[in-house]
Amino acid sequence: MTSIKKPAVVHPSATRNELGLTLRDYEGSMSTLCAGCGHDSVTAAVARAFFELSVAPHTVAKLSGIGCSSKTPTYFLRGAHGFNSAHGRMPALATGANAANRDLLYVGISGDGDSLSIGLGHLCHAIRRNLRMLYVIENNGVYGLTKGQFSASADVGSKSKRGEPNPQRPIDPAMLALSLGATFVARSFSGDKDQLVPILKAGLRHRGFALVDVISPCVTFNDHEGSTKSYAYTRKKALRVLDADFVPHAEEIVAAYPAGSTLAVRMHDGSTMRFSKVAADYDPRDRPTAFARLCAWHAEGIVPTGLLYVDEDLPDMHEMSATVPTPLAQVPYEELCPGSAKLAKLMEEYR
Amino acid sequence: MPDEPSRVNDFALKLANVNGTGSASANGLLMQAIFRMGIPVSGKNLFPSNIQGLPTWYEIRVNRDGHVARTVDFDLAVAMNAETYAVDIAEVRSGGYVLYDSTWPLDKSLHREDVSFLGVPLAKMCGDVFADSRERILMKNIAYVGVLAALLEVDMPIVNELLAEKFAGKAALRASNQRAIQLGWQYAHERFAPPLPFHLAKMEATKDRILIDGNTAAALGCVYAGATVAAWYPITPATSLMDAFRGFCRRLRGDPKTGKNRYCILQAEDELAAVGMTIGAAWAGARAFTSTAGPGISLMGELIGLAYYAEVPLVIFDVQRVGPSTGMPTRTQQGDILACAYASHGDTKHVLLFPRDPAECFDFAVAAFDLAEKLQTPVFVLSDLDIGMNDWVCPKLRWDDAYRPDRGRVVGAAELEQMAKFYRYWPEDENAVAARTLPGVSAKGAYFARGSGHTKLGSYTETPADYQEVIDRLARKHRAAARLLPAAIADGEGAPIGIVSLGGCDGAVREALASLRAAGTRVDYLRVRGYPFGAEVEAFLRDHERVYVVEQNRDAQLKTLLRTDIDVPPERLVSILHYGGYPLSAHQVVEGIVHGTQGANT
Repeated sequence: MTSIKKPAVVHPSATRNELGLTLRDYEGSMSTLCAGCGHDSVTAAVARAFFELSVAPHTVAKLSGIGCSSKTPTYFLRGAHGFNSAHGRMPALATGANAANRDLLYVGISGDGDSLSIGLGHLCHAIRRNLRMLYVIENNGVYGLTKGQFSASADVGSKSKRGEPNPQRPIDPAMLALSLGATFVARSFSGDKDQLVPILKAGLRHRGFALVDVISPCVTFNDHEGSTKSYAYTRKKALRVLDADFVPHAEEIVAAYPAGSTLAVRMHDGSTMRFSKVAADYDPRDRPTAFARLCAWHAEGIVPTGLLYVDEDLPDMHEMSATVPTPLAQVPYEELCPGSAKLAKLMEEYR
Repeated sequence: MPDEPSRVNDFALKLANVNGTGSASANGLLMQAIFRMGIPVSGKNLFPSNIQGLPTWYEIRVNRDGHVARTVDFDLAVAMNAETYAVDIAEVRSGGYVLYDSTWPLDKSLHREDVSFLGVPLAKMCGDVFADSRERILMKNIAYVGVLAALLEVDMPIVNELLAEKFAGKAALRASNQRAIQLGWQYAHERFAPPLPFHLAKMEATKDRILIDGNTAAALGCVYAGATVAAWYPITPATSLMDAFRGFCRRLRGDPKTGKNRYCILQAEDELAAVGMTIGAAWAGARAFTSTAGPGISLMGELIGLAYYAEVPLVIFDVQRVGPSTGMPTRTQQGDILACAYASHGDTKHVLLFPRDPAECFDFAVAAFDLAEKLQTPVFVLSDLDIGMNDWVCPKLRWDDAYRPDRGRVVGAAELEQMAKFYRYWPEDENAVAARTLPGVSAKGAYFARGSGHTKLGSYTETPADYQEVIDRLARKHRAAARLLPAAIADGEGAPIGIVSLGGCDGAVREALASLRAAGTRVDYLRVRGYPFGAEVEAFLRDHERVYVVEQNRDAQLKTLLRTDIDVPPERLVSILHYGGYPLSAHQVVEGIVHGTQGANT
């Protein structure tokens, strides 16, 4: 069993969102991952992000590939349709689903093996299409389900549980995404819910492809001394570059920030993201600078977290394809079939 | 010229060219003119996997009885490619003709006593008249159309009408083409005293017919079936299917008010993504398809299994080419029958449709979407390069405006309200299909689609009995499909021997049948149009002492399916196999049956 049903009991004092739903309504089956797995914290953050945004669960489609990370869509939003597809192929399925129904909110949960090895090509092209979806990589540098092989995100010198160092250079999903022209690139840490939840919310409101790379330690195979994806290492090396504070457009911006330290980005749907700058002179709207800073931090062994890059102006896949606003799956057949008279006329061209 | 009886509307031409010289439009013009004269005609384009500089052939067969299969009995060769002179001249039947460019003398070693050589200084003629070097090359080909028009008595007003249509708004091009044709026509009249013993005469046999290729017809079928999402990766010979779909959608699928598209075509990064996108779109409720060829089917394998197991309805067009591996991308074969029937690892079995021509590509495209949704499974339409890329004379495609898509069992919000609880894979109907919901409908209808082991209620399982219950239902569903597919078509009854064939073999088999029957041999014929096979296929095998299975692959793939699925003594089925890459000819079928077949056990 990789899923166990949870009892559906809600405490009367539980907080309700604008839809009158509690956080419990955004949960799914009980996780069967290892106790302490970073992925479970990400699951909780995803559920909370949807809850706080008051998204009706059935308006969401959750997709995944194969791996520990890809099991997690069963653990949140039981009221949403889900598709646990094949290893690495989730972006392809999400692309097709989105093409068919643009009204849904798409969330894809993937891992470093899923996204950076077997499905790397699909990730790259989903980025190029600026497919509107929240794409979470639960990044632990290791293959968990097959017991501890290095993944493509393992750092040079990072040690396996047996003590062998990884000799190959890693693929950094944030750098990769930036180089491909991604429109929303963020990184966070499964152990930092305060940072992660607002980033996920912003990603869900983003106009295109929102990539969130979440360092999510594997307690069984990659949380030891010498690993660069452990809780201890990440806590020590993470640098909070730009924290997000999501403000829906209906609300006033009341939070107090020291002057000059905040940045407001208007999202496509009219809502506003406010960011508190931790690293000075970092502008997430400036791609060349972001790229240069990421390279520099990488060389220093620093793991920058927070929103790293955002561009709300580029068209998404549907805008590029000039599709009708009605989801294609809901366009009435009468509007799709040209009819017999048209066909008869067309036939004259084949005489 | 040799003296022989006149043959009207019954001959074959072979036009040998270098590709990239515009020969396709010259040959197409000739073929279309014959078609407009009301005469049954077929064209086979034997082209290289190359853009410019390699040998390419176009074969035109004129047959007043409507036989459209490839023939290898060429009455006239147009030899425009010095590289292939030897082969092209050798292929002309005794008593036939060779039309060649006499700007350069023909090597004496190529001479044949039993054929007539018609030299026309095409290059010189065009060189004298046209200034531009590219135009000289292109017009050389158009000029031989003029020569042929004279020799074969092509109706010149029809040729002029075609040029007027083709070059509407391009006066200069039209004038050049007309001039080139005139040059050739005049030269032939001055030197050769046309017509040749075999020539054309107007008929009324193509009145309600069209000249169309299978990929275009299939694309049109997708438009009419209501497909909105198409994902693909470019591959010969399937590319023109998606090109055609895009072309039709641009014309027919715009919102009249806003001009926005009621379709989305996704050019994927590879075939894995193409089928993945198709699965995603179909899961989300669109009618979705992908078009590919053999190499694409191989790449799609894993996800086809996912669609089969998660029961996602999608349509896959496989325009078959020659395998294995890259094989011969521009040659035809029926080599993917087994690969599609059993695509993906584990126990998988799929639903296949076998169109015989472009008209059936259209019909089966529509049927495929209905079947896919009714059965909630991938449906393959197995076309091939010959059907997909060559122009065929077909009845005009017609549409019944009463048609409505059969979306199968899809449960909506209102129905869900009435249900105590929704389960994705239970209960099943008479076709072993359960109801599905579309994402976005309601929380009550939400389910988790997965390719991992699941119970009949849709939840994850690793329990043998629960797993088997679902996989057994899928087998029942596959059997149920046999009743829903287009039935096999029988011709004749009571003969001791029969032929079973499929798809693009049909023309050759029917022509063979006619000649066998004319010679007094009684033969019945059954053309299977889908897999799994219906009861009529089993009955046909049972009722005949010997059944020849005609197909275009080395390994007798159709026969393998027949033997696997139908309890029949193995010695009863004898293969007639053709797999070199050119379309099947009737004489191969006749020979196979007359002489019996050696090496039948494959």
